[in-house]
Amino acid sequence: MTSPTYMDYSATTPVDHRVAEKMAECLSIEGTFGNPASRSHYYGWQAEAAVDKARKQVADLVGADPKEIVWTSGATESNNLALKGIAHFYKKRGNHIITLKTEHKAILDTCRQLEREGFEVTYMSPLPSGLLDIEELKATIREDTILASFMHVNNEIGVIQDLQVIGDICRERKVFFHVDASQSVGKLPINLTELPVDLMSFSAHKIYGPKGMGALYVSRKPRVRLEAQMHGGGHERGMRSGTLATHQIVGMGEAFAIAQEMMADEEVRTRGLRDRLYAGFSDMEEVKVNGDMEQRIGNNLNISFNHVEGESLMMAINGIAVSSGSACTSASLEPSYVLRAIGLPDELSASSIRFSVGRFTTEKDVDNAITLVRQKVEKLRELSPLWDMYKDGIDLNTVVWAAH
Amino acid sequence: MAYSDKVMDHYENPRNVGKFDPKESNIGTGMVGAPACGDVMRLQIQVEDGIITDAKFKTYGCGSAIASSSLLTTMVKGMNLEEAGAIQNMDLADELALPPVKIHCSVLAEDAIKSAIADYQGKNPVPEGANYFEIK
Repeated sequence: MTSPTYMDYSATTPVDHRVAEKMAECLSIEGTFGNPASRSHYYGWQAEAAVDKARKQVADLVGADPKEIVWTSGATESNNLALKGIAHFYKKRGNHIITLKTEHKAILDTCRQLEREGFEVTYMSPLPSGLLDIEELKATIREDTILASFMHVNNEIGVIQDLQVIGDICRERKVFFHVDASQSVGKLPINLTELPVDLMSFSAHKIYGPKGMGALYVSRKPRVRLEAQMHGGGHERGMRSGTLATHQIVGMGEAFAIAQEMMADEEVRTRGLRDRLYAGFSDMEEVKVNGDMEQRIGNNLNISFNHVEGESLMMAINGIAVSSGSACTSASLEPSYVLRAIGLPDELSASSIRFSVGRFTTEKDVDNAITLVRQKVEKLRELSPLWDMYKDGIDLNTVVWAAH
Repeated sequence: MAYSDKVMDHYENPRNVGKFDPKESNIGTGMVGAPACGDVMRLQIQVEDGIITDAKFKTYGCGSAIASSSLLTTMVKGMNLEEAGAIQNMDLADELALPPVKIHCSVLAEDAIKSAIADYQGKNPVPEGANYFEIK
């Protein structure tokens, strides 16, 4: 079986060949294998130099100072470090944290943990577009709010939050502002010199770097301090101990540098592909895009094909690799909480597919995907009692279902 | 988690997809599940002299759900109502090699046949003294 066409770039990306090459140079005895913290010999200095270069590459992409970049094992760890680090360090200032129901589990589960420790968390509901309600945010911030966390681009529906507006409000009300930028860094321009953001999480594997690698931007102007979550040696200015994985770091740096070079052109190209894909479905009956179409990252299309269940569609189009919000595809058998939070009824979540295109997607891939999806949706609708009922003019909302 | 060959086969070549007129007196219709759960099965049986002579289904659901209901229609043809009502979900799950997380799809199929039989019997009450089969 030839491998399927990959259209799940929001889940992960393949490591770019140029990145893999640079990483391989840091492994064996002929390479840059030294411990970057070994201050007294050539091997350490060589590794340290490679790490410094990568730190600058990451900082340059986001308009930060290299001193503001803390290496971590990934955006999940960065999110944990930001939330727990701030909450614990500033707990005397306040007890209240604000976030959105549509955040990644790395944020939501960390908030749950902080609740168990005695913090109070408000999980705001987004607007049906997926965007944060700015007026509601202003009303939700209290005297004892210390931290707000909102992701820049949502992983499921691709909607883009306005960091400038949110940041200005947080700064004015003296609330630390953390942003999970896993899905946006390298795809959308980010300038932390200008943006009023205190902490920002980055992931390498969403932007053609290796899995198991990320970073946290921690602002120095104004200075943000946090309680370390990993102890043992005081690396990364005491914020995150652990021997630096030179090959991972070099990989992330290289991936970020390449992304910076390619960002403008890739944005146009992937948006074109995504729009082409959407155009291939937009004349179909009973099809709905989930999340705001305007304030949306260029490579994401999250779309529901009503009356067709998502996992059966994914199985049917097994020549393309995508994701679904259907309950059948999750280990917990719950439908997508993101789609639920934007008010989508469960049956539309169950019918949703997320296509995300990327660096290696071609026009031919998109055209093949359109043909295949259209064909299979038609076939599955022929198998679907709900489609029958819809065609017979029955309003499915009025039916009493015999659920088990 | 790759899909089992049998599940793929029933998806690629579903048996007995279609619809009978639910108003006919010799047709029993079972509709189970809910769109919100991502699983809805409509199973219909055509009965003559107590034997299921034909069966049709339509399913909104994952590959395992489609396969469970498709397999069920092949099994019940030729059975009498008692035999059909005695089909256990594990018969379906074992035949399709369903993983644990998909067993509930076969449970829904079992519910569907029982519901279809009950619907048929509601329309065709059994006369006094004849062989009576009760669905719980």
